[in-house]
Amino acid sequence: MSAELAHELHEHTIEHRRTLRARIVLGLGPATILAGVLWALVQPYRLVFLHPHGEGFWWLVGGETPLYVVLAGVVFWRVVAVPLAEDMER
Amino acid sequence: MPRAEMVHWWFAGGTLMLGLLSIAQLVAGPDVWAMRAWRRYLWPGLLFSMGVLMWPVMTFYTNSTIHMIAHGSWAQALMLAGAAELGVTAGKLHSPYWRLCSVGAMLVSGTAFLVHEQQAWFFSRAAFLHHSLGWTLILGAVFPLVQAFRPRSLVAGLGFASVFLLIAVQLFSDRDTAAIFGHLSQFAGVPHR
Repeated sequence: MSAELAHELHEHTIEHRRTLRARIVLGLGPATILAGVLWALVQPYRLVFLHPHGEGFWWLVGGETPLYVVLAGVVFWRVVAVPLAEDMER
Repeated sequence: MPRAEMVHWWFAGGTLMLGLLSIAQLVAGPDVWAMRAWRRYLWPGLLFSMGVLMWPVMTFYTNSTIHMIAHGSWAQALMLAGAAELGVTAGKLHSPYWRLCSVGAMLVSGTAFLVHEQQAWFFSRAAFLHHSLGWTLILGAVFPLVQAFRPRSLVAGLGFASVFLLIAVQLFSDRDTAAIFGHLSQFAGVPHR
């Protein structure tokens, strides 16, 4: 194997590994969002805004647990994962 | 006043974020993670903030002396761990042994969960989760303990991150009055929505 070919293979391996790591980081946010959506589908009664009649402020604001999971996933994805993946690709 | 279960859910959101940040940091590696200064402060800053937010919990959810002591010591331990991590991140502290503050925080938090739950495991879901959360934290303290001596250990890092995700799932599952595996004591009260 020529040195040039070996070098190319080495570079390709590093690039592939970096891409895989960046994909994992980028996948964490959507995976969390998906978990929140699945939770909402399995237990829709945990979403108070779907049947808000007679509920107070704290239940309407503080009782939307599956949405918290979705929100955590969105914030993590947009604020942390995307810039981090960009830095990993440099 | 929001119900106690809601406070647990809010802290579950913070703990979930701590877990996600830990995994991302582990996958990216310390050098890439440190490329943007603000990112380095996310994890310790969030941990410290959660410690600060335990003080209103202590103030407004004090049902007994043991609750006050548990929540108060918990707040102090979380703040100490967050402050130590902030010091390491800022370069003011250098020894990896500062990670032992996280060990202490997890042991104190776990003990706080266990001592302020007066009921048996299957009394209700809240009682069950207080026991399981306490033991998760106490057993999970082994991971930051390993990290203090082997900071680059992948197993310890993954274990540390997994503990936060496990805690988040348990906190999200908490209800003030609900059955656990079909068990609910007649003294636990009437389940609500």
